[in-house]
Amino acid sequence: MRNDMLLILPELTVLLFSVFFLFFSLGDRKRNPAAWARPLSLIILGVSLLTVSEGGELFSGAYRVDLFSQIFKAMLSLGFCLVLFMMENKNEINERYGAEYYMFLGFSMLGLMMLAGSVELISMVISLEISSYSLYVIVPLRKGSTKVQIEASMKYLFFGAVATGIMLYGMGYLYAISRSTFLADIIKVMPACMNQPAGIIAVVFTLTGFFFKLSLFPFHFWAPDIYEGASNTTTTFIATIPKIAAVALLIRIVMLAAPGGQQFINILIALAAVSMTLGNLVGLVQRDIKRLLAYSGIAHAGYVMLGVLSLSSDGNASAIYYMAVYLFMNLACFYVIMLLSRNNDNVTLDDLAGLAKRSPLLAFVLAASAFSLAGIPPTGGFTGKLFLLMSAFKAGHLYIVIIAAVNTVISIFYYLNLVRISYSRAASTDAGDIRLTFKEKALCIIFIGLILYTGIFPFSIMEIFTAAL
Amino acid sequence: MTSNYLMMNTLGFPILSATTFLPLLGGLIILFLTNDRAVKVAALITGIITFVVSLILFANFKPDTQIFQFGEFLSWIPSYNINYVLGIDGITVFLIILTTILTPICVLCSWTAIKERVKEFMFCMLVMETAMIGVFCALDFILFYIFWEAMLIPMYLLIAIWGGPRKDYASIKFFIYTLFGSVFLLVAIIAIYLVTGTFSIPEAMFRGYSLNFQIWVFLAFAVAFAIKVPMFPFHTWLPAAHTEAPTAGSVFLASVLLKMGAYGFLRFCLPMTPDASVYFAPWMIALSVIAIIYGGFVCLAQTDMKKLIAYSSVAHMGFVTLGIFSFTLFGFEGALLQMLNHGVTTGALFLCVGIIYERTHSREIYDNAGLGKITPVYVGFLGLFCISSFAFPGTNNFVGEIYVIIGTFMGSKLAGFTAVIGAVIAAAYMLRLLKQIVWGREDKRAITDMNAREVIYLAPLVLFVIWVGLFPRPYVSVMERSLANLLDQMRPFIQ
Repeated sequence: MRNDMLLILPELTVLLFSVFFLFFSLGDRKRNPAAWARPLSLIILGVSLLTVSEGGELFSGAYRVDLFSQIFKAMLSLGFCLVLFMMENKNEINERYGAEYYMFLGFSMLGLMMLAGSVELISMVISLEISSYSLYVIVPLRKGSTKVQIEASMKYLFFGAVATGIMLYGMGYLYAISRSTFLADIIKVMPACMNQPAGIIAVVFTLTGFFFKLSLFPFHFWAPDIYEGASNTTTTFIATIPKIAAVALLIRIVMLAAPGGQQFINILIALAAVSMTLGNLVGLVQRDIKRLLAYSGIAHAGYVMLGVLSLSSDGNASAIYYMAVYLFMNLACFYVIMLLSRNNDNVTLDDLAGLAKRSPLLAFVLAASAFSLAGIPPTGGFTGKLFLLMSAFKAGHLYIVIIAAVNTVISIFYYLNLVRISYSRAASTDAGDIRLTFKEKALCIIFIGLILYTGIFPFSIMEIFTAAL
Repeated sequence: MTSNYLMMNTLGFPILSATTFLPLLGGLIILFLTNDRAVKVAALITGIITFVVSLILFANFKPDTQIFQFGEFLSWIPSYNINYVLGIDGITVFLIILTTILTPICVLCSWTAIKERVKEFMFCMLVMETAMIGVFCALDFILFYIFWEAMLIPMYLLIAIWGGPRKDYASIKFFIYTLFGSVFLLVAIIAIYLVTGTFSIPEAMFRGYSLNFQIWVFLAFAVAFAIKVPMFPFHTWLPAAHTEAPTAGSVFLASVLLKMGAYGFLRFCLPMTPDASVYFAPWMIALSVIAIIYGGFVCLAQTDMKKLIAYSSVAHMGFVTLGIFSFTLFGFEGALLQMLNHGVTTGALFLCVGIIYERTHSREIYDNAGLGKITPVYVGFLGLFCISSFAFPGTNNFVGEIYVIIGTFMGSKLAGFTAVIGAVIAAAYMLRLLKQIVWGREDKRAITDMNAREVIYLAPLVLFVIWVGLFPRPYVSVMERSLANLLDQMRPFIQ
């Protein structure tokens, strides 16, 4: 029993985090919850790093703790920790809901962590819904909330419900084919069925719930509106952390189909190709940076699929690596947005003008993350994309590699726009210098360091990921 | 483990890594300086130290072998067989020295021209230098690609921040155009890796790939390199970028970046896809000749000094690609010599435009006309570089062009004749420029002549122009062995 507790210690810590804020919300509203949330998130990170090498099964095999799930838990908690440290509590969320906000973030984290460990269909659905429902609640929590926020959260709720519905339908097929809800049983019968429509429908439909989280075409419609409507911190969370867990499950479920029928892979290739092309083309015309990042996220969902559809451990390791890099570069980009919008407004491209003069460090962080998102060496974005392209090429999917390469060129235009405006356009006269506190400078430098480190020294991280598969 | 093509470094310290990363180190130190003057001095010292180190490299270079020298080998990403491999041969040794000497010159030429954000400017320049040297030293595809792409970022910033009035347009066009070519390079690199299982550049040479595979890889390579050179239909980014870049940026672009395309043809296309290279040679020769003639005619119509020199680069680089695809030793040697000559002469011409622009704030030929009596020293330097540019006998370009033309005549009389006509057009547009600048106007204006700093940084280039023009043998003998070896290995593929 003690050993079992140790296995789910990260989850228990997150649960504790949420319960703490539940009681916190009952107490004095004047106290600042952030002062508690940050050290607690560090503890969560520490616990998930310490338990990374644990292994075992729980709940009669529905829940597996292995290196794969533990690495995802560690990545999730690292992201969570960074988001909480980035968060500027002022003016962002109505102070009355401060404690509840943390509580829901914690519950969402709990769901995602459980998702990483689930190897059984029902527990997957439950974990996914725990994480989604918490997010549905916090999307409209923005100071001075208007109809835009309500609309965004309704969209998120409805699209989420539809995606879950389709997923359950697919899971029904999986159960009908294999007569079991355990992945370990399903994997024994699935590969034989992958040339039949029923098998393809079962797997593809089951994946939709995670396509939704990853904002892959055709389940991407919520992303731009949520990104624009939700508060900056909420967007940062939604844009990065659920996607990591989604990739974990995509890998788990797609591996059911390995070696996979050609038709099934063609479907994934088509989704990836449309997703990256659509994301990048629509990204070209965006003015609001958060909307721009939403479309960039749709495109990146397509890139990650390159690794997943290779159906090889190389491909899966590259997908995980790319998600880790994506976490860092996306967070870096959002951090610039957070610091630029002191009043919690949305930031447009024009607000970037003269950023290099107003704050050279911030402009540099933005440049590093934009070049990384575009995939220019020596940043992590390039190395990650290189791994993805190599694994897809190795699996024989030349066309998607070329489509991805062309997309890189399309995307460079709007990423470069971020850099171009912040470096070569003069600021409007009323914009003063941005003064950063020590904590903000430190975080900026950490982000630059992470982006460059993942670009130049990928081997040790990559080895861990390969070992996990 | 790699002795058959890589001679390990025996100097006692990793000299190629030192040459490559010294500028980056200097650049990082500069970031902590606060005084503009200290920044400039530190950048200059960094540039000079790097140059001295590269001279040590040259002094220890053995011209009598085609094997890559000063090799360094470190395992980098073992699971994909990606390594940190550096090494140089007779093709790259001069290109490295060209880069290292131009950097301190560019620092000096920006001494007073750059007034804003001096620290960032010098940082970008030094990062550029690291990336450029890295491209020439790298013997691993991924390492090469990283340096190749990393170069874009500082160059983009140099144009976008310190550029001329249309810097926004020029910098974006430069970046996207070049990146477009590079992604195909990346796909070709991965394709070769999947066939050979290695990212090592020397190991991928002459492996006898199927013709179909070679054709696709050649086309992917050719797009990337033709954009960088730039060859005829892909040249449209060049005038904008050259014209809008600050002087130092133009010099780097013209002198080193354009060479990387030609270097790519020599190092990648010919040895890795020999069949396809021979197959496509007539097309490449045709494009080169078109570039020579077309570039020349466009130059005749220019009124902007910088634009004229930019378009003349298109014509001059046409001679380089012409030499490479003639598949003769004369052609190869001429092409490599022309790469160096163009680097020195065109770089010097951009420096001259920069000098006069600082004084008159105009690049129009008419605004700067009639300087013969006002600034005689300046006109003297400009005159020398102009006649060198159209290959006047006794200057460096003459040697290179004559080698290329001899090589071309061996293969195709028609291409040879057309190239000669191109050389005549070059004389026409350069003399037109020179005539206007020296005698074009009568009125007296108060323009100060060149100062000591400007004379100092142009002097080494003058020395090179005359030295190579009169006595090219030492240069040719250093590169001969590597090029002859390349040609020997190509021979079975040429009917």
